Amino acid sequence: MDQPFVEGSVETKAGRIPRVSSTLTCADHFGSIKARWGVRRMQFTVDPGLYALGNPDDKTRVFVTANYKMSFDRLREALVGRDAWILVLDTNGINVWCAAGKRTFGTEELVRRIASVDLAQIVTHRELILPQLSGPGIAAHLVKKLSGFKVIYGPIESTDLPLFMDAGCKATPEMRKKTFATKERTVLVPVELVGTLKWSLLILPCLFFLGGLGGDSGFWAGTMRYGLFAVVAFLCAIASGAVLTPILLPWLPGRAFSFKGLVMGIITAILVAAFWPGDFNQWAGRAEIFAWFFLIPAISAFLGMNFTGASTYTSLSGVRKEMERAVPLEVVGCGIGLLLWILSLLAA
Amino acid sequence: MEKFVYLRDVVTLALDPEKCVGCGMCLVVCPQAVFSMHDGIAHIENRDQCMECGACSQNCPTAAVTVQAGVGCAAAVINSALGRDGSSCCCVIETDEGSRGGGSVCC
Repeated sequence: MDQPFVEGSVETKAGRIPRVSSTLTCADHFGSIKARWGVRRMQFTVDPGLYALGNPDDKTRVFVTANYKMSFDRLREALVGRDAWILVLDTNGINVWCAAGKRTFGTEELVRRIASVDLAQIVTHRELILPQLSGPGIAAHLVKKLSGFKVIYGPIESTDLPLFMDAGCKATPEMRKKTFATKERTVLVPVELVGTLKWSLLILPCLFFLGGLGGDSGFWAGTMRYGLFAVVAFLCAIASGAVLTPILLPWLPGRAFSFKGLVMGIITAILVAAFWPGDFNQWAGRAEIFAWFFLIPAISAFLGMNFTGASTYTSLSGVRKEMERAVPLEVVGCGIGLLLWILSLLAA
Repeated sequence: MEKFVYLRDVVTLALDPEKCVGCGMCLVVCPQAVFSMHDGIAHIENRDQCMECGACSQNCPTAAVTVQAGVGCAAAVINSALGRDGSSCCCVIETDEGSRGGGSVCC
């Protein structure tokens, strides 16, 4: 009951049920933004259990969701102007689709939760509306057998719920197909970027200070010339793999994500080379720029490959096949690049 | 047919028409429109669209649809190969359910 978004309660045969609103507050929106940037994402949760939206009674529909607060908020926001019961499952604060993959949003938890909130006492009907993407965790026929409640799979997007409800719980084929539009890919970029920058914080100082080995004008002159260029080139590689590859995904050639990342990396390397301050007439200079033509595409390919986890259409079998070929090439590419770069420093 | 298609001929999806009772649950839960219904029996229409999420096999009352379910996540494959539990990352591929990696998770 003592959660900031709870506004009073509703009396039922099974006791008092906390009431929530369809209107999100600034605090709710700010929480979503923080979660998108990976800030306290695992603490962005709702207590599992039953909630009342508006003034539901014993005939009101029951919607089931995960206890990731973003999932809960998207659902109540979509049901504006309607009464509903919202049954929140304990998914350890993970969203519906991913929790379904682990079966925490699963048949067992659903059946247990129906019993623990005494749902059969609160509503007289025996139907539940679940998000379609909970399918990997739920066996609808088993839920019916074990709890008596019939599972109705709603649309993928909560925003389609009003149309779905008004059509008598019928989804159009569009509602049942997971999209991966530019906007959907873009909102996933910050979390990818934050995750990547975390381990980059270890690498960037190494590149900067190693640059001090280069040139004959002293250590600091070397860091400012070779170290700084390495830092910028490395950041461009990250931007290529973790930002540009996800956003430009459908327009990059190939099917494998690592290949898309590789192509983006080659383009990025050409752009970086255009701003390279070195001398191509010297062996050291050539080695330095060739080093980045290995490093940037290899890093970009690796990061592009990592975006498979955020994408909505890659299979595990496919990712394994892609990785069998891509990972060795990425490792070799980074190895050759690093070797060339260090040689170029020692020769400069 | 779609803008996004992943690698060809890799997925483990299979459908046994002998067992299919034509309930249509696989068509309902599939987020990639892989299935179609002809003559009261489900068919695999867009095989390469399958992402092996496992919703179809999980909701098939007669076990006519089978798939090696998992999350297509490179970070999870790396974590699994390194023997990490993945608590620092979003995805986990659980290997205790079978040698080829049974259930898997992502957040």
